[in-house]
Amino acid sequence: MSNCNIPREFGPEDALAPDAPKFGEAWHAQVLAIADTLVTSGQISATAWAETLGAERDADESAGRADTEETYYEAALRALERLLDGAEIVASGDLKTRRDTWERAYLATPHGAPVELTAGEK
Amino acid sequence: MTSGTSFDRDKLAKIHDHLHSHLPPEPALRVKALESLLVERGLVATETLDAWVEAYSEDIGPKRGAQVVARAWLDADFKARLMEDAAQAITEFGFEGKATGDLKAVENTDDQHNVVVCTLCSCYPFSLLGLSPAWYKASAYRARVVREPRKVLEEFGVSLGDDVAVRVWDSTAELRYLVVPQRPAGTEGWSQEQLAALVTRNSMIGTDRDLEVK
Repeated sequence: MSNCNIPREFGPEDALAPDAPKFGEAWHAQVLAIADTLVTSGQISATAWAETLGAERDADESAGRADTEETYYEAALRALERLLDGAEIVASGDLKTRRDTWERAYLATPHGAPVELTAGEK
Repeated sequence: MTSGTSFDRDKLAKIHDHLHSHLPPEPALRVKALESLLVERGLVATETLDAWVEAYSEDIGPKRGAQVVARAWLDADFKARLMEDAAQAITEFGFEGKATGDLKAVENTDDQHNVVVCTLCSCYPFSLLGLSPAWYKASAYRARVVREPRKVLEEFGVSLGDDVAVRVWDSTAELRYLVVPQRPAGTEGWSQEQLAALVTRNSMIGTDRDLEVK
C-alpha cells in the first residue's frame, strides 16, 4: 500500500541519513547536563523536573509559539530557573545580577581572550 | 572625502564590532549565569557537566538499546530478566542512568504493537537511547499518538493490520519504556553485534516495526 497520499507530520527513520549533530547549540547541552546532574544528586526531583518542564511546554503551546528544538530548550531553561528559584537554590534576583555581570565581562573582554569574572564581580 | 562620510564610517565600524562581538545569545548567557552560581555553591562540578556533554555528544545513543534488544533475542535468560525488571537488567551492560529512572521493557508480538510517548513533557530512557528525536518532544506527536496511534504509525511507515492491537505507553519521570521489537526472520545464527545493527532507534520507541535484514 502506498503512503504517498497520506497527509503526514512524521516520516520513517532514514537509515542512510548522516548523523545529525546531537545538540544544535552548546547551551542546549548545558541545560540538560545541569538538569540531569541536579536530578542525579537529588537537588531536584525527577517528578518536579518533568512537571515543570511540561508546564513550560504547555505555556508555549497556549501562547502559540513555534514547536521547535530552540523553543524546547528555552522551555527547559525556564523550567530549570523556576525550579531552582522555587527551591531557594538560586534566587531569580541572583541569576539576573550574575547574567548582567557576565554580559559586561563579555563586552569588556577583547576578542580572543578568555572571558572571566574577577573575585570582586562574583 | 567629507567629514560626514568619515563619521559614518566610524559609526559603521562600531556597529560592525558590536555585531561581531562574542556576546553569546541571551539563553546562553542565562545558562552561563546559572552554571557559574551552581558551581560556586558546590551543587554541580564543571568537570561533571563537561563529562555529561561529552558522553551524550559522542558515546551514549541508540546503539546501547540495540545491544540490549539483540541480547534479549539471543539469550532467553537475559530476556526473562529484562522483562521482569529492565532497570536491573541493563545494569549488566552498565547502561543504567538516574534520569532513565525505572524502566519497563514491552515486547512486540505478532498480535501486539507497542509505542511509547511522554504526554507530559519529554521523559525518555536517555541512558539507553541517547537524546530523544525532535518529533518525540513535539506536541503534535505527544497529542496525536494517544488519540490516533494507527494513523501516526502509518505516517512513520508502519502499517498495522486489524489483527494487531496497539498499546500506547505514557512515560513519566518515574517509569520509562523500551520497546523490544520482533527479531526478523532470516537472522538465524547471527551474532549479537550483527543483530544489534538491525535495531533502529524508532523500533525501540515503537514508531518502526518490521526490521529490515541488510
